[in-house]
Amino acid sequence: MQQVTFRVWRGEHGEGDFVEYVINVEDGMVVLDAVHAIQAQHASDLAVRWNCKAGKCGSCSAEINGKPRLMCMTRLEDLPLDQPVTIEPMQAFPGTKDLVADVSWNYEVKQKIKPFKPRTPDEADGTWRMDQADVERAQEFRKCIECFLCQDVCHVLRDHHKHDDFIGPRFLVNTAALEMHPLDTEDRLSDLRHRDGIGYCNITKCCTKVCPEHITITDNAIIPLKERVVDEYYDPLTKLFRIFKPKAKDA
Amino acid sequence: MGWTTHECDVLVIGAGGAGLRAAVEASAQGASVTVLSKSLLGKAHTVMAEGGMAASMGHVDDRDNWRVHFSDTMRGGYYLNNWRMAELHAREAPDRVRELEAWGALFDRTKDGRILQRNFGGHKYPRLAHVGDRTGLEMIRTLQDHGIHQGIEFLMENTVVRLLKDGDRVSGAFAYDREKGRFHVVHAKAVVLATGGIGRAFRITSNSWEYTGDGHALALHAGAELVDMEFVQFHPTGMVWPLSVRGILVTEGVRGEGGILTNSEGRRFMFDDIPELYAGQCADTPEEGWRYVTGDKDSRRPPELLTRDHVARKIVKEVKEGRGSPHGGAFLNIAWIRENMKDSEAHIKKKLPSMYHQFKELAGVDITKEPMEVGPTTHYVMGGVKVDADTQMSSVPGLFACGECGGGLHGANRLGGNSLSDLLVFGRIAGAAAAKFASDQGDTSLDEAQAQDVEAIALAPMERRDGENPYEIQHDLQDVMQDLVGIARAEAELAEALEKIKDLRTRADTVCAPGNREYNPGWHTALDLANLLDVSEAVALAALGRPESRGAHTRIDHPDKDPELGKVNTIIGHSASGAIEARHEPVVGRTEALQEIIEEMG
Repeated sequence: MQQVTFRVWRGEHGEGDFVEYVINVEDGMVVLDAVHAIQAQHASDLAVRWNCKAGKCGSCSAEINGKPRLMCMTRLEDLPLDQPVTIEPMQAFPGTKDLVADVSWNYEVKQKIKPFKPRTPDEADGTWRMDQADVERAQEFRKCIECFLCQDVCHVLRDHHKHDDFIGPRFLVNTAALEMHPLDTEDRLSDLRHRDGIGYCNITKCCTKVCPEHITITDNAIIPLKERVVDEYYDPLTKLFRIFKPKAKDA
Repeated sequence: MGWTTHECDVLVIGAGGAGLRAAVEASAQGASVTVLSKSLLGKAHTVMAEGGMAASMGHVDDRDNWRVHFSDTMRGGYYLNNWRMAELHAREAPDRVRELEAWGALFDRTKDGRILQRNFGGHKYPRLAHVGDRTGLEMIRTLQDHGIHQGIEFLMENTVVRLLKDGDRVSGAFAYDREKGRFHVVHAKAVVLATGGIGRAFRITSNSWEYTGDGHALALHAGAELVDMEFVQFHPTGMVWPLSVRGILVTEGVRGEGGILTNSEGRRFMFDDIPELYAGQCADTPEEGWRYVTGDKDSRRPPELLTRDHVARKIVKEVKEGRGSPHGGAFLNIAWIRENMKDSEAHIKKKLPSMYHQFKELAGVDITKEPMEVGPTTHYVMGGVKVDADTQMSSVPGLFACGECGGGLHGANRLGGNSLSDLLVFGRIAGAAAAKFASDQGDTSLDEAQAQDVEAIALAPMERRDGENPYEIQHDLQDVMQDLVGIARAEAELAEALEKIKDLRTRADTVCAPGNREYNPGWHTALDLANLLDVSEAVALAALGRPESRGAHTRIDHPDKDPELGKVNTIIGHSASGAIEARHEPVVGRTEALQEIIEEMG
């Protein structure tokens, strides 16, 4: 048992300040346990979004000592407890209240991505055949729990506020999952280049570092998508080909 | 004050697997659909389902078919299941799984490229379509990404306080949004409840924040009945250490992949006691058990893969008799497979990736090298709203229920893997029936006075100047349920629990939630508390009325099965005076043809 100070952001719509709370912590506690203890003992109206408390739903994203993390998967013993632990909401999105950020923009972005469109079934009974190896490539991206920590850390969104021009790492991973789905027949390259702003990503790999599901976002999702866009739009042979075949995908 | 009114044909409450599947179906049938979800879309408790969804596709063992699945489900439920629901479920599950694939789900594959199926407790053949140990996430994401393009209206982070009625018929719901605390009335022609379970009534649970029995309580208040509420599943393997993560689920898939349970003496205690119902289906030796989990069709399952109720009781027994692990559980060991397998570390990480990370990150345990400590955790409620099997409609016209908050499919104990298939099969049936009901029965009228009454109920905790802290009452209730209505029950303790729940109700009447209406968790907890108290009373009352041990319900004062009680379900409803009361009714849906299947399967 140890007394630890937590500096928790309290406020609404970006206006507010840090408030200090002191609680007793026990072995094995995670940051979300501390937030719950503060709610139960000091501030019943402290707003926090959480669900599963097992790292599976991606609801309790926040910034702990300045780092984007899931509160339910951050153990207190991995933090320096002789100093106050700072907890604040994700900074790349508008604040709703206290630790809750308004992540609705992410849902709007997802709505625009062209949905899955499978090829005709392989078999007469309407089913498909796929190799495990082909499935695994897209399965990595489908591990995403939509915690939006990658969006939070991405400087294009966080510092440059390009929310209107860039869909962010999460939705590049989402697009990669669809583009690399063995059955999918849709084409999203034009969207990626013109609408989704894939060119804004300059592969600093911050998103990969914060991903709690350990998805290799930059190397496995974004770079292959960039390569496909480059092949489609900048390859001299393809360009030449397009002159003679005007029904290109842009048309 | 006041509220915003929304109009739709079908209102779906809940956006987990069942709610999303219901919404997609109702929409496909031409209904306008609104979905209210307590959390953000894609965060519902379904994401935590790990092992897979049961469907007798027969890809791994072609002896499997719906009749075997039906028979396994009935045996697992100690024949208290709604027979017709168990039949529909077993017949339709394969189509529902294939449909998910057509919507983009990527299941693990067999060598010939079909959907792979894995072993699970109580299933005779490998039957669970899965994606590693994150099948629930795959399911909810597939339904979510499909559903958002179907023209459905989603109102996220909205919690329903009460259903509204037009005479006998349901006419909508009164809800608040978390962000601003504004009120919303959704006026509908039919309502589908898909709110999940009640796990937050217990101290140790694998269930998420939302699982406060909302649908169960809403249905009771609207005049519907509940069935089988005494049957609460305690999953045998939850984490027990560190304390703060106690209860988090450890998938049955660990045992499906060959994990074994041992006590502090290193003994594989599950071999000590095989229940009569499964006597011929269990391996005689550890070697036979290993052959079974690695696909030998002539071998029988290891005793670790017996039903959850039995495994949970066995772990409790070892702990009680002083042979538990250091933190009061048993050892679950998957690392041992290195004796039989080269590259076992890579195999474990590939088959059980989220278990590997969960133990590594939360407990500092490397499951490829060391055993885990596990013990029972409140996981699932078999009981739910009593519905008609073919439509999922309750006794209240226009009110449907599916998924965990619907009752009947699982009887006295649910088999692992039968939940995800339940969500899809009965989500679809409920969505279709609700759309048809809305179209056939037409408009309802909205009673403003009812909405005003609910508004007053919702605001009461905030208007009190002083009173009790809602978190304290919730903690006290969780202690009562855990200690007195838990895995081993007795008459005196159940009666004591009912008394204590009565006291807690009195305290809850004075609950106070300071602060404003914007995203105020104290206020939300105060409102959830009323639902938790209703379902807790229902569970305790049903448990008191069943003086026998059957499935998930264990009475230490009545350790045997009572053949007469094996023919009846417990029904919970409101009496004329508004009190919650229990009665017994005969099990429904049994036919000669279905009985023949049971006999044929032996």
